[in-house]
Amino acid sequence: MKKKVLTVDDSRTIRNMLLVTLNNAGFETIQAEDGIEGLEILEGANPDVIVTDINMPRLDGFGFIEGVRRNEKYRAIPILVLTTESDAEKKNRARQAGATGWIVKPFDPVKLIDAIERVTA
Amino acid sequence: MDMNEIKEIFFQECEEQLAELESGLLKLNDGDRDPETVNAVFRAVHSIKGGAGAFGLEDLVAFAHVFETTLDCVRSNRLEPSQDVLKVMLKSADVLADLTNAARDGGFVDESRSRALVKELEALANGETPAPSVDAPKVVAKAPEPVQAAPPTDDSGFQPVPFSFDSFGDEEAEGEGEQVFDITFRPRRELFSKGNEAALLLRDLSRIGEMSINCDIDGLPALDAMDPEDSYFGWSISLKTKKAEEDVRSVFEFAEWDCELTVKAAEAAAPAADLPMVPVPFDLSALDEVSGPAASADVSAAQTESDASKMAAAAARVEKKETAAAAAAAAQTATTAAAAAGQTIRVDLDRVDRLINLVGELVINQAMLSQSVIENDNNGTSSINMGLEELQQLTREIQDSVMAIRAQPVKPVFQRMSRIVREVADMVGKSIRLVTEGENTEVDKTVIDKIAEPLTHMIRNAVDHGIETPEKREAAGKDPEGTIKLTAKHRSGRILIELVDDGAGINRERVKQKAIDNELIAPDANLSDEEIDNLIFAPGFSTADTISDISGRGVGMDVVKRSIQALGGRISISSRPGHGSTFTMSLPLTLAVLDGMVVTVAGQTLVVPLTAIVETLQPEATAIHSFGANQRLISIRDSFCPLVDVGRILNFRSVQANPVEGVALLVESEGGGQRALMVDAIQGQRQVVIKSLEANYTHVPGIAAATILGDGRVALILDVDAVVSASRGQSLKPEMSLAATG
Repeated sequence: MKKKVLTVDDSRTIRNMLLVTLNNAGFETIQAEDGIEGLEILEGANPDVIVTDINMPRLDGFGFIEGVRRNEKYRAIPILVLTTESDAEKKNRARQAGATGWIVKPFDPVKLIDAIERVTA
Repeated sequence: MDMNEIKEIFFQECEEQLAELESGLLKLNDGDRDPETVNAVFRAVHSIKGGAGAFGLEDLVAFAHVFETTLDCVRSNRLEPSQDVLKVMLKSADVLADLTNAARDGGFVDESRSRALVKELEALANGETPAPSVDAPKVVAKAPEPVQAAPPTDDSGFQPVPFSFDSFGDEEAEGEGEQVFDITFRPRRELFSKGNEAALLLRDLSRIGEMSINCDIDGLPALDAMDPEDSYFGWSISLKTKKAEEDVRSVFEFAEWDCELTVKAAEAAAPAADLPMVPVPFDLSALDEVSGPAASADVSAAQTESDASKMAAAAARVEKKETAAAAAAAAQTATTAAAAAGQTIRVDLDRVDRLINLVGELVINQAMLSQSVIENDNNGTSSINMGLEELQQLTREIQDSVMAIRAQPVKPVFQRMSRIVREVADMVGKSIRLVTEGENTEVDKTVIDKIAEPLTHMIRNAVDHGIETPEKREAAGKDPEGTIKLTAKHRSGRILIELVDDGAGINRERVKQKAIDNELIAPDANLSDEEIDNLIFAPGFSTADTISDISGRGVGMDVVKRSIQALGGRISISSRPGHGSTFTMSLPLTLAVLDGMVVTVAGQTLVVPLTAIVETLQPEATAIHSFGANQRLISIRDSFCPLVDVGRILNFRSVQANPVEGVALLVESEGGGQRALMVDAIQGQRQVVIKSLEANYTHVPGIAAATILGDGRVALILDVDAVVSASRGQSLKPEMSLAATG
């Protein structure tokens, strides 16, 4: 069975890149444009892993991750943070919010898939 | 979808982000201190940088990065967004737009300008206050290093990696020889709560070498004392691999904070010899069955506590609603955010146009149907008639809604104007702020596309000629900073755009003298103030003594007026010496329908755009005066106006009709000249759907387009300007004439 990835990113460019990369690698991909939509979609989507951006309108990545971790059903789901900000402070905040791992943007398709494989069974 | 398509999406997105950036900066400039505004500005630049990095657009990344760093200082309250700071930022936004365009299709980028701005931005980020001078950046333009001077490898570790879908591949960098590592790994409960999984980490470890593993279960408490969410196990691993220690550690990259981990190279001689436990070969397949007690406990906890989890989920839902409600409330407080947060879909313009065309046909068809029913139904009370009335109403509503799809806010055009004000003001050493109002006023996309150019010209004019220099303003007791106000609003089915400056107003003496010098008016002409003001729209009029680089370019306000009129609009000016001028433009909301006067000329039905008509009158024999061989004038009140027989101009007939038997339409055309157009009769006034002729007949002189009337007849729409200018030469080119139409 295909693994399902939920991506949350406000940039259309990045959403399309993720879509192409993930589809090429044989994943099923569902996409949201910000944290609020991400939490809404999550409910029925039942993804295996989440890839999220940090800087987003309405609800940012930190808020989104906290939201997922508060959800009894999805709190154990792996969440990868996809962001240009790879400095320690941002990483740390994402981790405190409950992120599983991170991918530095602009992402390398190999590293993206690699990171997803690492956190999913 | 391939890379080129995504790149195109990226550039589209850049355009949106740039607009967002500019409007945010302008809001900050107006004293808005909402953190969300700062965030939106930051996000815009951040997003451009992210996408640009993916496409290897290094100039763009480098500049965006410096810009972003400075914005981050504002975001974290380390830098106060003062007027001077924002000035630098607005200029940076302009350069970012230039760089984006350059990346897209090789547009021009002023490199010295971008280098200077990089320095200014860096200075701001380093806590230096900007020089509060208007043209500071010009002076520092001689920095020797290129834009990439700030290499994007920086404190945040950001490095652009050109992105390619082709780069999937095995890049196994084999180490020299095999080595054995002793690893101890003891996860804490946080590791699991963050979605990491000890078993998966061990699986990854097993993939880089040959390993044997021992599980330390000593910490496992009795069942009744066990917390299903806690972590009780530890593992000791002996790994034989060709990889370096760094690679081994990188397996735990995501988990190192949430576990105790030691990795050390074992004595090569005795691998795993003095381990206290018996090594057990690690079997990967076991993972599928059981994924470690801690993990499975986690799962079962979630399952058995299903009631609790339902409640928690419900609570989460409530919470989510609250978040959404809070977001909605926030959106309402910001005046423009409401529009931005709306749900949108992107539709190809062609599809919308096709729909508009079809609805146009529907309107015509419905009118035809109504007409034939009326003709065949004498008492007009049949149910068909009633149904038709409803149909008519529905059709109109459909038409309005379809037109609304093409309607867009004037905001993007207004935003472009603020850049022009900045640049021109900088160039002429004036300090001017642009205030915009009603940016969300909607108008047809075609109208928006076409008003940008005349508006640009008017703005340049206002900055260059309208607003005085700071010294002069101060001497006149005004604020040294000039204000230009740009407003848009709807009024009676049209859009009204006003451009108000608080400058010196029209210098009527000079305008009149210029008009006399250019032989536009007689030296002894007696003109009202208003008439003098409107002279600036006369063809070939330019008040600047020397044509300046900014508003000159040989283009005068007459061109502006003509392009507005070509859109079916009007423009007028009012001015108060010492207080400034107001330009008022009134434009139709759409170019797809037109209010027209339906007239008869030599048996043909024509439509004259209502916007061109000033008044209609029935000429009396005494008012008609012959002039020369076949020119005639009509006296209207106390002035004379040339009389133009439309039927003769279009070659519908070979001799001029008797004006007394027809109706004169007084029209205003380019250059403000008035003409009385003679038609045989007026049929009525009607809204008509414009159908272009050009696709099938190429351009027909004197005719703007065609329409289909309710009775199914085709009627031509008169191009008033062309008819008027043809009247000067008496006829349109004969070979192009419409004599054969019919």
